[in-house]
Amino acid sequence: MNVMMLLEMASAAFPERLAFTDGSTGVSFTYQQLFDAARLRAGTIQASGASRLVKLDVSNLGTPLSLFASAWAGVPYVPLNYRLTDAEIKALLARVTPAYLITDAERVAELGATDDVNAASTQSFLDDTQHDHGIEDPWAMDPEDIAVLLFTSGTTGEPKAAVLRHKHLVSYILGSVEFAGAQDSDAALVCVPPYHIAGIAAIMSSVYSGRHVVQLPNFTAEAWIELARKYKISTAFVVPTMLARIVECLEAEGVSDAQMPHLSSLSYGGGKMPLSVIEKAMTLFPDTDFSNAYGLTETSSTICVLGPEEHRQAAAASTDTERRRLVSVGRPLPGVEIEIRDEDGHQVSAGERGEIYVRGEQVSGEYEGRGSVIDSAGWFPTRDAGSLDDEGYLFLEGRADDVIVRGGENLSPGEIEDVMLTHPAVADVAVVGVPSEKWGEAVAAAVVAKPGAEIEVAELQDFVKDRLRSSRVPELIQVWKELPYNETGKLLRRVVRTELGKPAQN
Amino acid sequence: MAALKMGARLKSTVCSGEIMVVMAPDTEVEMSCGGAAMVDAGESVTPSGEVHPDHAVGVVMGKRYIDEAETLEVLCVKAGDGSLAANGTLLLQKDTKKLPKTD
Repeated sequence: MNVMMLLEMASAAFPERLAFTDGSTGVSFTYQQLFDAARLRAGTIQASGASRLVKLDVSNLGTPLSLFASAWAGVPYVPLNYRLTDAEIKALLARVTPAYLITDAERVAELGATDDVNAASTQSFLDDTQHDHGIEDPWAMDPEDIAVLLFTSGTTGEPKAAVLRHKHLVSYILGSVEFAGAQDSDAALVCVPPYHIAGIAAIMSSVYSGRHVVQLPNFTAEAWIELARKYKISTAFVVPTMLARIVECLEAEGVSDAQMPHLSSLSYGGGKMPLSVIEKAMTLFPDTDFSNAYGLTETSSTICVLGPEEHRQAAAASTDTERRRLVSVGRPLPGVEIEIRDEDGHQVSAGERGEIYVRGEQVSGEYEGRGSVIDSAGWFPTRDAGSLDDEGYLFLEGRADDVIVRGGENLSPGEIEDVMLTHPAVADVAVVGVPSEKWGEAVAAAVVAKPGAEIEVAELQDFVKDRLRSSRVPELIQVWKELPYNETGKLLRRVVRTELGKPAQN
Repeated sequence: MAALKMGARLKSTVCSGEIMVVMAPDTEVEMSCGGAAMVDAGESVTPSGEVHPDHAVGVVMGKRYIDEAETLEVLCVKAGDGSLAANGTLLLQKDTKKLPKTD
């Protein structure tokens, strides 16, 4: 089992088809070219003696090449976040040596200055003439070999390196993608960063289905719209904050529909999707299938999907229960099981909140140097909080650690946020617990007003009080211009908590 | 005969077919393709001989094949004229559920 096998099959089935195009330069690889280049670069990587292939750069043709060449060479692929500070990058790099590092030309000299880092520019890595001895041996088929080491975003403490073995990634692809399922004219627009699990999953699933990938290295809504129209994009994945900006941008264009007739499927994930954004998007893209995907680095990407038909049914539904499904992440993929457990580890009944546990072949749940956190029955604790409704639809309720403990009562920020978002003046909201002498933790909220709307704090508190128990009414509400998100659309709750918890503001 | 290993790659000795083992039972299994025992893909054997007429439906790249008990599953990674069988019994092609594209 080896992810190179996915590329081997694709290049045998459609050698001349375009595999990847760098949207910023227009240069491309066909499937055969990518396969041949992987053979040459695998030789280069092996000859360097490196134990890891590290890529520190935006998405470009070097991204899929790094993934497949390292799989062929038998060394783990380690994509690093190029937005980190120099000190953070050096600290992570030191954990994965001896390394063959592919990075932008400006960083080569400095990062390659140590003995155990062999640095090359992305351009020289892509240039065939720099590589002369292709590997002769086939890649190893040991399913236990490590394919990818992925540093998780590390909102607390030192980043952990999630270990994804060939068996996890191949299982995920075989379980969720039909080989050669794409049409010759299909094209995917990939705008998630290469160091994000969704970026890695996008490479593998596109290759296995035979879909042309157009890469957008630095997301802006304008560039996304331009590339989607130019390349007649048929499928794309975005995080909620990206979709929100695309919707805003299309509204500013003044169009009543997005004018992307080729876009047959648009999927999203990686954070909570505001109901207002998805509803507007479904109006702007009337003929597009929407899917909501939920997954984690440790689960080799997607484990739950809310499909297109379920989106349409929920949008057209008359009851609140059915309509609420529009903000659910759907049901588990085949071969994936989900359970919700309380703090004592007991499974809870439908509708009750708890921690999400997942089990399946694609679930790794392992970190380098820390071992596996999977229990003896194969379950991985996601640290995400959620609930299942009585038909098995999963709803996310934030991180398990985000639970606010107010006077001994456990409160879910998600429940309060959902209510506040239905207020006509509220565009976005984050609810957190802040230190309180009286309660241990008190409920606090940062809200963003819709353009032109004004938020009256006392009135908003009454609005919540009318709909939820009084313990859930935020004692502190601040109106902010925007909420802090990271580049992949994850709300930085810790930043909100720190800001709202400042004593001067209490 | 030996127990199959997950991830192992086998090839036919009578056609171009190749498979990868996705799931294997603990028991010993003889995998055949075109009616002849398959060998490790790393072995330097060039296909020769005839595909047995009862094992000649062929294998299709990208399709998965399972046994009746669903304890054995293989993926065809190279197409061939021979049909796959485990201990002499033909494998069945597995239907894949069409899922929404998510990445």
